[in-house]
Amino acid sequence: MNELLLVVTIAGERVALSAAAVESVVELESLIPVPRAAPHVAGLSALRSRVLTVIDCMRSLELGDTDCSDGIREAAVVELDGHHYALIVDLVEDVVEARSEPLPVRAAMGEGWERVSQGMVETDEGPLLLVDVASLVAGVEAKAAA
Amino acid sequence: MDDLIADFVAECREMLEALGGEIVAWEAQPDDRARLDSIFRFVHTVKGNCGFFDFPRLEALSHAAEDALADVRANRRHADPALVSAVLAIIDRISEMVAAIEAGEEMPGGDDMALIHALEPGAEGVAAPVAAAVVDGTIKSSSAPRTIRLSVELLDRVMSTVSDMVLARNELARRLRESESDVPVDGAFERLSSIIAEMRDAITRTRMQRIENLFVGLPRMVRDLCAELGKQVLVDIEGGDVELDREMIEMIRDPLTHIIRNAVDHGIEKPAERLKAGKREIGVLAVSARQSGNQILIDIHDDGRGIDGKKVVEKALSNGVISKEDATQLSHRDQLALIFEAGLSTAQAVTAISGRGVGMDVVRSNIERIGGIVEVDSKVGEGTRMTLRVPLTLTIIPALTVSIAGQHFAIPRSAIEEIVRANGESVTLEHLGGAGVATIRGRRVPEVSLATILGLDSTVDEQDRRLIVLRPAGGDVYALSVDRIHDHEELVVKPAAPAVMATGLYAGTTLADDGSPILLMDPAGIAAVGGVKLEVQERTARIAEGPTAAISKATPVLLFRSLDGGRRALRLAVVDRIEEVATSNIKKAAGQLRVQLGESILPLAGATASEIAGDKVRLFRLNDGSHEIGYAFAEVVDFATIEHDIIHADQPGEVSGVSLISGEPAELVDAHWLFANHVGAMPQASEQMICRIPRDDTWMQNMLRPLVEAAGYRVVSDESEDKADLAIAAKGEKVAAAAHTIFLRSEPEPAGKKDESIYRYDRAGLLMALKSVAGARK
Repeated sequence: MNELLLVVTIAGERVALSAAAVESVVELESLIPVPRAAPHVAGLSALRSRVLTVIDCMRSLELGDTDCSDGIREAAVVELDGHHYALIVDLVEDVVEARSEPLPVRAAMGEGWERVSQGMVETDEGPLLLVDVASLVAGVEAKAAA
Repeated sequence: MDDLIADFVAECREMLEALGGEIVAWEAQPDDRARLDSIFRFVHTVKGNCGFFDFPRLEALSHAAEDALADVRANRRHADPALVSAVLAIIDRISEMVAAIEAGEEMPGGDDMALIHALEPGAEGVAAPVAAAVVDGTIKSSSAPRTIRLSVELLDRVMSTVSDMVLARNELARRLRESESDVPVDGAFERLSSIIAEMRDAITRTRMQRIENLFVGLPRMVRDLCAELGKQVLVDIEGGDVELDREMIEMIRDPLTHIIRNAVDHGIEKPAERLKAGKREIGVLAVSARQSGNQILIDIHDDGRGIDGKKVVEKALSNGVISKEDATQLSHRDQLALIFEAGLSTAQAVTAISGRGVGMDVVRSNIERIGGIVEVDSKVGEGTRMTLRVPLTLTIIPALTVSIAGQHFAIPRSAIEEIVRANGESVTLEHLGGAGVATIRGRRVPEVSLATILGLDSTVDEQDRRLIVLRPAGGDVYALSVDRIHDHEELVVKPAAPAVMATGLYAGTTLADDGSPILLMDPAGIAAVGGVKLEVQERTARIAEGPTAAISKATPVLLFRSLDGGRRALRLAVVDRIEEVATSNIKKAAGQLRVQLGESILPLAGATASEIAGDKVRLFRLNDGSHEIGYAFAEVVDFATIEHDIIHADQPGEVSGVSLISGEPAELVDAHWLFANHVGAMPQASEQMICRIPRDDTWMQNMLRPLVEAAGYRVVSDESEDKADLAIAAKGEKVAAAAHTIFLRSEPEPAGKKDESIYRYDRAGLLMALKSVAGARK
């Protein structure tokens, strides 16, 4: 049984998240901003009676802002240390099976990607970058402290 | 197998906890068969299980204890202190072993044979106990209700499902309202609603635990302390059936233990000393719990040597905790409160029991962290009383919702001291080098704008904002300006994600009724981020305690439904707090209804004897600064303000007039009349003179002003330039020139023949004086 991967698009790039880490995929409707929080914290949203901390993946990767003005955004819900987060992505595509263990990417990636990368996995759809959910949630530590 | 062991460990732990109190009680009364039986049952169960699990050491220990106890049960042997100590030692060893099994560690070392030998009749080596501790009848043996063990996680899941259900119901309710209403459907929905409400209540209760679980270990702890210190202490426990959130019980366990250790170690004297001081040889340590509103009060009272305020101050001076000038101005209470400052221990010598670095400052900060308060009161030579006030649960916090630029935030009510308008009558707002300074009734308070702190653009002009005067736990006050104030709500607070907490501004998140998230602000955090310097508690310039003055035309009132169904309003400032009392505490005595609240008996208004029904009555506790009365009511409707004119009643009575409040007429309760009728007759010869100028004289603003207005006067503040026909002041107070002056005194009898002042509850006299001034002008 190979690991299942959720294929999502962040900043126009197709990447994979470990499907085991993702609880569900939701469409966020309302977003309540959290003033003075780290830039990658887009705000709070409610999923049923749970409060979700919404993470803007593009900002977490320092690749610009996700445009949230049109209202509904797709997001992957993950749980980390008892807190629930919604990761805003451009698009949630599919679930695929990993065909290999993560392998190191030897070419130089963008700085943001480098930080969240867990390596490259082979799938039926070709190689994909496996992204570490915890690193996405943590964002840029230095900036969060500022 | 692992599951079975886990069950065995859990069962042992539960029994061990319950046993702590039993054993000590058994020692005091060796003939008490019921207690003996329950101890016997414990060792017997352990023995049985050990054989099954192959724990030979545990088995040998429990077997030996069982044998000894069986002898006692069969009257072959008498339970003497030596035997009790030996059994205790064995139970301690068993509990150590159980803990080791649970943690998956090696069994603790030590020679079990010595313990087993100590059980034999006539054995020596185990010290005879010095102290006797007795628990009153509240801790009963063996009649526990049937229970099962559940994981808290499962309960939380059920709880969150119920919350979802409530949200779903709300949505359904909205849809139903929008569509054509169908009576049977509405009826069915109502029923569903009430079932859901009931269920939510029950689920919330599952998180509650009797505080007994916290108290049950105390007698044993005190007994051991006594043995160590050579003291004799009787523990008196009361109120073990009060229920408290499970997590809360864990949070107060350490502070409570610390306070009790202190009481036994430093408070209660050695028997010889006590006899010399003319007290009984045995000290009494009373621990009691009771519920008051949404708080739990835990009292720890000892009859020991008490705390000498002067010594505390000396110590604080020598440790540099306070300055010399401050020291001279401290009240007795403030002096005692110094024990909660870091770096103070009044004990002469540091002992092994207490005073080992973990001080009262840690106790205070632990209690304050969960939104509680700890207070101390003490009389030298008579004893010390510590009171812990903690909220009922960690998760439900009364809060005020405010908004900035359309976004809602919540502020915990416990930190709010008062709310004023930025452009109110006695409030001015200035900027010094960019820093905000608000002057509220002559008091300068640092001001910060929530909009600035949050980096939001406020659409409301600075002068139109509201100022919330906040006092973060243990700190000084500051004013926070917000755009709008919305509602008072009880919010279910959940911790926020680390990335949100990292801002230092928030205490958690919560969901509003419509299901959208709200951030709960942390008042201390706002101050820190806003750059407000919160000095160590400002001691000399405290705000006068008690009701807040009404400072503008928009008088805040509490809207409620009275027992006879009327919609009424009381000025918020005269309401001290809301209490719930058992109907049995209300008695007709000395010509009027009176209610017993704790140790005081107050006159009760707002009800006739026939209207008091049911088990419980809710009442407002009204306070005019020197007297209190109770006012019974059915339910609180809302907080509101009087913004419309008041139509005054023709006849003086409980209701002074009618005004539109929140769009509907409401009767205004005349607090002056209430006090005049219910406490006016009481003699108060030893009453202190009250000298305040009318502008910030709370009593005059809230009680007298309606009366004067009803008599046809326009009331202006004493700083007003208008030429006054009449000035009213407390007796002995200086007043600006006016055509007439009425002085009020607070004692019924005039001080002498030349005293022309009027007793402040002499309603007829006051009205007469008001009329005669009005008449003289015509």
